[in-house]
Amino acid sequence: MNIMTFDELVDLCKKNNKTIYELSQESEAAEADTTVEAIREKVKEHINTMYSTIKIGMTSSEKAISNWCGDDCEKLQVRYSHHRALFGKLFEKIITYSLATIEENLRMGKVVACPTAGSCGIVPSVLIAAAEDYNYDIDTQIDALITAGAIGAIISNKVQLAGAVAGCQAECGVAAAMCAGALTQMLGGNITQILNAVALAMKNLLGLTCDPVCGLVEVPCVKRNPILAIHAVTASELALAGIESKIPLDEVIDAVRQTGQLMSPMLKESSLAGLATTKTALKLKEKIFG
Amino acid sequence: MKRKGLFDVISPIMIGPSSSHTAGAIRLGLLARYIYNNPIKKVEFTLYNSFAQTGKGHGTDKGLLAGIMGYYVDDVRTKNIFSITDIDYKYNFAEDLSRHPNSVDILINDDMMISGNSIGAGEIRITSINGFSVNLAGQYHTVLLMYKDKPGMISRASKLIQDRNINIASLHCDRNEKGGTASMYFALDADPSDEIIEDIKNIDDVYFVTKVRKLD
Repeated sequence: MNIMTFDELVDLCKKNNKTIYELSQESEAAEADTTVEAIREKVKEHINTMYSTIKIGMTSSEKAISNWCGDDCEKLQVRYSHHRALFGKLFEKIITYSLATIEENLRMGKVVACPTAGSCGIVPSVLIAAAEDYNYDIDTQIDALITAGAIGAIISNKVQLAGAVAGCQAECGVAAAMCAGALTQMLGGNITQILNAVALAMKNLLGLTCDPVCGLVEVPCVKRNPILAIHAVTASELALAGIESKIPLDEVIDAVRQTGQLMSPMLKESSLAGLATTKTALKLKEKIFG
Repeated sequence: MKRKGLFDVISPIMIGPSSSHTAGAIRLGLLARYIYNNPIKKVEFTLYNSFAQTGKGHGTDKGLLAGIMGYYVDDVRTKNIFSITDIDYKYNFAEDLSRHPNSVDILINDDMMISGNSIGAGEIRITSINGFSVNLAGQYHTVLLMYKDKPGMISRASKLIQDRNINIASLHCDRNEKGGTASMYFALDADPSDEIIEDIKNIDDVYFVTKVRKLD
């Protein structure tokens, strides 16, 4: 969309009496010189890939080249075959789907980057688990995913969605923010609630560093996906209750950008500090790369 | 400047594990292949900064080569690319903090040097070709030419495109010195025909012209 800020988005939605996804799909269609139906069909293909990634991921326990990640989804499913999840079936599905997706990613399997590969397990797990639980049809899922994309696109006007540029706040952080907004759309929230959900999710992930052990998208990325999927749900629940972010979303995004600039390059995907240089991480590095 | 769209954020459908370090690397290789537009026998990559430090664990090395071979970002064969390829390949690793954190130089057939950055979420920019600065994202069909810097070249080339009724989204030029070698590229709203390329090739003092395919 040809706008820079969320304030402009709100104005445009109100002026045209349209939702975020309606504006976004129309602008996409105009830019690509195609129809809204064709755009929605393409989004549907992405959702289908998300479903198949989850399905494949849930039946695999193949380890990554590091040989220390790849079987967590299996462990989780074994537990759930004997125990009920603390917060019920939906919670169980979200964290299972999230692990299934991110573990497929580390095997060099096929995923949908959302917005990046290292954060690919957040948005799909919540949207698909909620759609199954509430029996939402495919159109409702498409509406939600377009909402997620529109939110991420506006954020990326100010913040490059790369750990190497702005840390993990720009990857898993933005994924959780997009996810909170998309879920709020799915559950029938209005634009104010949607954008508050985004702000609440984003605000609480400021300063999240990208310090992957051995430079691999494994530690801490794998477990960060299910944990932040639940973070997104919390933000959405708060926003649906009418709870507002005291700092407006555009200002939160400015803070993400500034925080990313102030963050040392040693904490931005270079694996030169943080978790990546702990005693155990260095031992693992020695073991893998010699 | 073009604002980010939906599919810049939700996508690509790709093989893991990293959109900037795997998918971005594949797309950099692929766009370099499209720019070179001739058979590739030999390639030398120099990876900088984060690409150099953490590339191996992300399959950046495999991805760049897979792209050079014409593989797309969702091709699961990339995992085993070293046992598939018959291209003579080499990797160097360097640090240069004046450059983008995820950046690479690609030297093809000892003939053309292409530099680019992976700027996040699988998006890329080719920033220079044989020392001429460019800014190619693969979002448009592009006509790229090198020629002798002299009056009238821009209008002659653009007229040939206009005559075929193709809209020019943007036009960029650069030159090494007045009267020296210059580069020009047009981003187009439609795929240009081979005739346009032939016509531009026939303009006096055009040294090189190629059509760069849009990245899918």
